[in-house]
Amino acid sequence: MQGQGTFNLPPAASTIAPAYDSLFYFIYWLSVFFFVVITVATIAFVIKYRRKKGEAFKLTTGFCHNTPLELVWSVIPTLLIFVIFIWGFQMFMRYWVIPGNAMEVRVTAQQWNWNFKYPEGASREILVVPKGRPVKLLMQSVDVLHSLFIPDFRVKMDIVPNRYTSLWFQADQEGEYDLYCTEYCGQKHSRMTTRVSVRSESEYRKWLEENSVTPTGDVLYKRYGCNTCHSLDGGTGNGPTFKNLFGSTEKMSDGTMVEVDDNYLRESILDPKAKIVDGFEPVMPTFKNTLSADELDSLIDFIKTQAE
Amino acid sequence: MYGSSEKNYLTYPTGVKSWLFTLDHKRIGIMYLVLILLAFAAGGFFALTLRLELFRSGEQFLDQDTYNKFFTLHGAIMVFLFIIPSIPAALGNFCLPLMLGAKDVAFPRLNLASWYVYVLGAAITLYSVAMGAVDTGWTFYSPYSTQSGGEVISMTFGVFVLGFSSIFTGLNFIVTVHKMRAPGMTWYNLPLFVWGTYATAVIQVLATPVLGITLLLLILERAVGIGIFDPAMGGDPVLFQHFFWFYSHPAVYIMILPGMAIVSDLIAVHSHKKIFGYKLIAYSSVAIALLGFLVWGHHMFISGQSEFSSMVFSFITFFIGIPTGIKIFNWVTTLYKGQISLNTPMLYALAFIILFTIGGLTGVFLGALGLDVHLHDTYFVVAHFHYVMMGGTVIAFLGGIHHWWPKIFGRMYSELWGRIAFVFIFVGFNMTFFNQFMLGSQGMPRRYHDYSGFYKTDLFERYHGFSSFGALILGVGFAIITIYLIASLFNGKKASDNPWGGLTFEWATTSPPPTENFSYEPVLKHGPYDFDKVLPEDI
Repeated sequence: MQGQGTFNLPPAASTIAPAYDSLFYFIYWLSVFFFVVITVATIAFVIKYRRKKGEAFKLTTGFCHNTPLELVWSVIPTLLIFVIFIWGFQMFMRYWVIPGNAMEVRVTAQQWNWNFKYPEGASREILVVPKGRPVKLLMQSVDVLHSLFIPDFRVKMDIVPNRYTSLWFQADQEGEYDLYCTEYCGQKHSRMTTRVSVRSESEYRKWLEENSVTPTGDVLYKRYGCNTCHSLDGGTGNGPTFKNLFGSTEKMSDGTMVEVDDNYLRESILDPKAKIVDGFEPVMPTFKNTLSADELDSLIDFIKTQAE
Repeated sequence: MYGSSEKNYLTYPTGVKSWLFTLDHKRIGIMYLVLILLAFAAGGFFALTLRLELFRSGEQFLDQDTYNKFFTLHGAIMVFLFIIPSIPAALGNFCLPLMLGAKDVAFPRLNLASWYVYVLGAAITLYSVAMGAVDTGWTFYSPYSTQSGGEVISMTFGVFVLGFSSIFTGLNFIVTVHKMRAPGMTWYNLPLFVWGTYATAVIQVLATPVLGITLLLLILERAVGIGIFDPAMGGDPVLFQHFFWFYSHPAVYIMILPGMAIVSDLIAVHSHKKIFGYKLIAYSSVAIALLGFLVWGHHMFISGQSEFSSMVFSFITFFIGIPTGIKIFNWVTTLYKGQISLNTPMLYALAFIILFTIGGLTGVFLGALGLDVHLHDTYFVVAHFHYVMMGGTVIAFLGGIHHWWPKIFGRMYSELWGRIAFVFIFVGFNMTFFNQFMLGSQGMPRRYHDYSGFYKTDLFERYHGFSSFGALILGVGFAIITIYLIASLFNGKKASDNPWGGLTFEWATTSPPPTENFSYEPVLKHGPYDFDKVLPEDI
């Protein structure tokens, strides 16, 4: 993480962040002002007009109306609120109007991992972007609602199944940043996080080339979050372990016996609800739209190698 | 505990049946109070457990499934079983007819029915918890809520039933205020507690059916797969959010308006001063109730709804800020040249002003379109609504309980312990929630079981740890209150009829009141806050 944040806000690492912070601190200091006025007046009145111990109730003033005073405390906040509304709206438009020259990264969110597809074909679980170039994230979800949040860039957008949503930013400081899912999405919601890496243009190019080759199965196993449910050491998780899986015969929830071969694995990855191993819940999402044909092959090969 | 010589609504008639079949609004109010406080204790237990889990990064003693269920239960119980019925059903039931000079509410049988419906709803909810509970969050957002393995159907059905209890109470109060006022009591002579409760009742009746429809659709979605929220069948999950917030945003005002209503009364009575801007406070309650129907979309600025809708919702949202601000200024000005008694109810009323101001001002950050993008679904939102719901409503509820306790039970509690507990509550509350503003604006998302492994983990851990420590202090405060309030029933000093010097009808009758409320026909002789004309002994 580069740069310093303030007491209230994290480091400002995108072009929109400084503008965001100005509005934040404008409202912040207004709030402090009103809070102090109200609190000080309350405490002062309580001290000044406190009823003495044992003092009998007496008739107090009937003061309950004062037009100038009431106009002041109605009109001034109204004006301020107009200023804040318009300012906030302008900020919002900056978020929502995406520059035409933005480079596009496709984001697929699913329980509970991220996948980023780059224009040149690379596909990774982390987001790597060049510094100083506007980036548009075109996002979709394959299961439930998610939301992509990068605090240091001040950007966030919900991801809704069956439609695209998008956001954009322009990172202007190299470094590594947190990326969170901020729409509750079930069991491992708090683990659906990854990193954003901002690099120089040349570093970014280099990284793209390195990542354009299909990675090996053990990398994909972690990248697509298979490891969150399927162990390699025989331990039980939300799904069956991969240890000695290939070639074994498994009992399904409907009582049939199935031999684990290439086609069974392929079906289980692309259409996981077709056959459910006895004792497990049908919770696995499909990877039909996420994995390329090469990646699918690598992953099945990897599972094969887990059998002795 | 009560001398048999005195015949009041508590001591006569006797027997369990006389309570279970009572039509007396005061007894029904107490029966509500007992259940509501139990619900609060349950919700509080979950809250404290969550805070202890979050004390450090990494998993402490709750696994993620349990954590997800606990935060769902904390929210659902606090919202549907505690805070929505809290002030209207418990204190409102007890006070409203007394304040109007009426013998009872307009429909006593409907009133009792609403209590039984509440019991039924609570029982279904308990069944759902016992069968494994839900992990969807109290908002039940689809499509997760249609896929999750939990007991979603029974939980939402419980909430659906609870809604009817709320509608019955609201309906009853509306008619009661219209038809049951004492001779001479015009609308502008209503105590402000009545105005606030009335505005609340209107929302209860108009908004709650939409929640019912939404939950029913969700149940149908799960049970028979009608697909109205399911994208795979051409439905739209964002539609669920629209439906849900169309009720749940007005519901926020079901929660806060009664709090404001209590505080208006408490401030006037305990500063012994005519309330400043009576009509504006009354109108602002109604304005807030009406505008509250038009702002649900501010929960959805980044949900994928159109930017134009977001703009309109943001604009209307800011307009609710104006009547709210006016109320705060009016309360503060009421203190001016008063004769202020700093007893326990007043301490809560003053705390309300300060805490609610923080809650309101931080709402301005969230209402501003651009700022909400970063703050949405972080702890900033958590802090904001706890300042409004807890710093506002719960604090007002505590103030109200302490204020009307002598009238309800005819006993005084220990003033000393009352003040000590107040300090625990005030300090504990701020320690728990103030730092959550910074936690959120620094980027900590809400509903996270574990925050280890982030670049900011150390920073988050400092804030979370402090917050958990504050929650413990808050817990001690509530324990003290429970002890001295229960103790007061057994050995509390007998309360006089009018211990605070109030001018409204409830202080003119005995403490506790007789079953028929007044031993005479009350007639209005002066306004509710005419502290400039009438001394308490002359009411």
